[in-house]
Amino acid sequence: MRRSLLFIPGNNPAMLQNCDVFDSDAVIIDLEDAVSVTEKDAARALVSEFLNAMAEQPPMELIIRINGLDTEYYPADLEAVVSDKIDTIMLPKATVEYLEKLDKLLSGIEKKKRMSKKIGVVPIVELAISVLQIEEIVKCPRVNGVLLGAEDLSGDVGVMRTKKGNEILYPRMRLAYACAAYKIDAIDTPFTDTNDNDALTEDCLFVNNLGFNAKAAIHPNQVPVINSVFVPAQKSIEWALRVEEAARQASLKGLGVFSLDGKMVDKPVIQRAENIIKKARKYNLI
Amino acid sequence: MKRGIAGSLESNDALITVKESDKLTITVKSIVYDFFHKQIEKVIRDTLKELGVEKIDVVCEDKGALDYTIKARLIVAVKKMEASE
Repeated sequence: MRRSLLFIPGNNPAMLQNCDVFDSDAVIIDLEDAVSVTEKDAARALVSEFLNAMAEQPPMELIIRINGLDTEYYPADLEAVVSDKIDTIMLPKATVEYLEKLDKLLSGIEKKKRMSKKIGVVPIVELAISVLQIEEIVKCPRVNGVLLGAEDLSGDVGVMRTKKGNEILYPRMRLAYACAAYKIDAIDTPFTDTNDNDALTEDCLFVNNLGFNAKAAIHPNQVPVINSVFVPAQKSIEWALRVEEAARQASLKGLGVFSLDGKMVDKPVIQRAENIIKKARKYNLI
Repeated sequence: MKRGIAGSLESNDALITVKESDKLTITVKSIVYDFFHKQIEKVIRDTLKELGVEKIDVVCEDKGALDYTIKARLIVAVKKMEASE
């Protein structure tokens, strides 16, 4: 269960060596868009040596965004970074075909390197075809979350990006529902104005209400904002704890349905309360 | 003469320039020279040994890079030198 995922350029030693201080649930070390074509080798070598030198697992999830399977760079990326030191590979321009291919490639590397861990995959949905394939993408092997990539997607569809984001409402809703159906993370596209955290808060609240549970960040300053939105509010936690207690009392009386504050409480409501409590406990809010 | 460059002069990075040579020369310029030049030179020597390179001219302009950064930059600089015309 993630809230914030912070992108870090793979060729930036200062950011890499401080990647564990930003308080994000995951860092995404980027070998793709943040690295120019002439620096691909340098970034790959730097990330590889950074991982080799890492004495212990950092407190957050370590994700590497490799170059797409439609490029010449991905085989060397995978060979250099896949190890027990990382948790997840992020795949740009993901399609079902590429995800199936990536699964085979990862299995081969895991076997060759005798790894103890199975690497997870977070595909980026940033092509119109991927939006249409989302119901299959969420079922692909290793996929434990999906990131919406609105910038590339808007380019593919041929629409302008706006701050309000009406142009990405359809992919957002499809992605949120597909991820909810398969109980994996729905991760929203980064908010690109790093100087407007009020608008970022609004954006987070909006997508949280659509069903997203996490958002990618492109600047460390965005992480606290994202973390504060993608957790249950204090009012919700108090409500959930009251539901839990009332459900316990009702169960002792053999009641499956009961009333709290004049409203009916049944299994789905209890389930929602349990989810809120679980999330609140994970982030030490109770 | 074949040569390769990798890295940058940004904080926590190092700019490494290597040239073909008939002997081993290592020059270290660092903002933390007094404290770490021996360690930086050791990383360069160890990395060259791993790469099987015995004769080369290396200039490392260090801006506070950690060992793994210097190693990564040197590996890429040597690769670029070998690939250059």
